[in-house]
Amino acid sequence: MTDVGFSATRRLILQGAGAVALVGLGNPLFGLTPVLAAANDKYPEEAFKAKNEADAIKALYGKTAEPSDKVKMDAPEIAENGAVVPISVMTTLADVTSISFLVSENPVVLVASYKIPAGTLPNVANRIKMARTSNVIVVVEAGGKLYSASKEVKVTVGGCGG
Amino acid sequence: MASTIRVRATSSGETTEVQALIQHPMDSGFVKDAKGEIIPAHFIQQLTFEYDGKNVFTADWGGGVSKDPYVKFAFKGGKKGDELKISWVDNKGATDTTTAKIQ
Repeated sequence: MTDVGFSATRRLILQGAGAVALVGLGNPLFGLTPVLAAANDKYPEEAFKAKNEADAIKALYGKTAEPSDKVKMDAPEIAENGAVVPISVMTTLADVTSISFLVSENPVVLVASYKIPAGTLPNVANRIKMARTSNVIVVVEAGGKLYSASKEVKVTVGGCGG
Repeated sequence: MASTIRVRATSSGETTEVQALIQHPMDSGFVKDAKGEIIPAHFIQQLTFEYDGKNVFTADWGGGVSKDPYVKFAFKGGKKGDELKISWVDNKGATDTTTAKIQ
């Protein structure tokens, strides 16, 4: 019995040590250990708790965004069903590293955040929930700066309420 | 069990367009059931796409992404017949992984 307990603990400790070593070594290992590398891309827990867009953007990027007409959002004028609202974004900005979607009136403002590695195009489409009529904000990180676009989407039936 | 992940990856020569549809409840933790009890949060937190050993796209998701989530993106390169690896992990620690051939 004690043997089993011991080896399980030992394995946990070893796994922990492996993870720490991987974080320490950083990027050069990414190509060799894709699964662990993916787990290393930390999930932005705090940003997904923020109750307003300024806090969410700050938690995610640590800076503020300026509006840009180079960020083009495609969203419906009216969404009949707030549970499924198709939103897509494209931009002509260069060196895009991240694209995020926020809904001002949702209980959790940040909906999705996408990491765009070099070689991946800065165009993303997804489907999001909207609690009620609200501004939808797209933030694009390009060349270390943040750019945003915003559009009001009217929601007939909310997708978050009970 | 059948995979929860359906992927279509199409190469146009220069770029590969990827569309993914995943079966997942994506419960936000804010919705009540018929008895008025809160349905606990249960949603995918991270979805990753790898091609040729490299990450080509990572999605960090909250409970605000629609049920049975859909996402579309594209990356430069990608050869027909090559494999794309897709994995997700949710807030309860469940995961699923699949591979899809680029068409």
